[in-house]
Amino acid sequence: MSRSGSDSSVAKRRHHAAVCAALGDETRLSLVTTLSGGEPRSIAQLTGGSKMTRQAITKHLRVLESAGIVHSVRSGRESRFEFDPQPMNELHEYLGRLSAQWDQVLSRLKTLVES
Amino acid sequence: MNTRIEKRIELKAPLSRVWRALTDHREFGQWFRVKLEGPFVAGQLSQGQITHPGYEHVRWQAVVQKIEPERLFSFTWHPYGIDPQVDYSKETPTLVEFRLQETPTGTVLLLTESGFDKVPAERRAEAFRMNDSGWTQQMKNIESHVAQRQ
Repeated sequence: MSRSGSDSSVAKRRHHAAVCAALGDETRLSLVTTLSGGEPRSIAQLTGGSKMTRQAITKHLRVLESAGIVHSVRSGRESRFEFDPQPMNELHEYLGRLSAQWDQVLSRLKTLVES
Repeated sequence: MNTRIEKRIELKAPLSRVWRALTDHREFGQWFRVKLEGPFVAGQLSQGQITHPGYEHVRWQAVVQKIEPERLFSFTWHPYGIDPQVDYSKETPTLVEFRLQETPTGTVLLLTESGFDKVPAERRAEAFRMNDSGWTQQMKNIESHVAQRQ
């Protein structure tokens, strides 16, 4: 199987894994969905309408931040969180490549068993 | 969030034929393009050499997890583990599962590769390279990367 490409470094894989892990939670996914609208938001704005405490939301935002999915930016006296699409785009590309490789491998299996 | 790869393929071949192609190490090697050193044994390391043109320098290593006759064959490995300079043994592997179901016309094969989100907790805090880029893919696309093809 040709698991090729320039992304073969362990660092890249850890990055993908961390992005996956960060997204593997309903609250965080919902925060990402909100922030992916493009407008940076404060913790107070993100907590409003949620049943979670400010502290819990902050903890989830830190996980997203450590995976590079959001950045905090100072805006006057408060921090606002801003979405960064890059990690998710890279993850999408990575999984897309693996997916395409499986298509090739399985089509060879099909040829073998149907012949 | 669906961060696993899933494939479903219909094969016009009897269940027993597909099972043999999956679990006989010589047949597996033909379509997977790897020359394996011995038969698959549950719980044991499977080793060999990739035969895919251009990747003959790459070693194949996987740990066979389950061999449930004509139902399930699974192993763990390191996706993208192709750089001979890198020791992947400390990395968390992904799980590859082949499930078979008999149909009136042959066999359905369901493939999943999962575990991309498994990463030791201490690594989650690592600083990652950050770039600016346009938001080109919708959230949904992450889930639909698993193009469900026949």
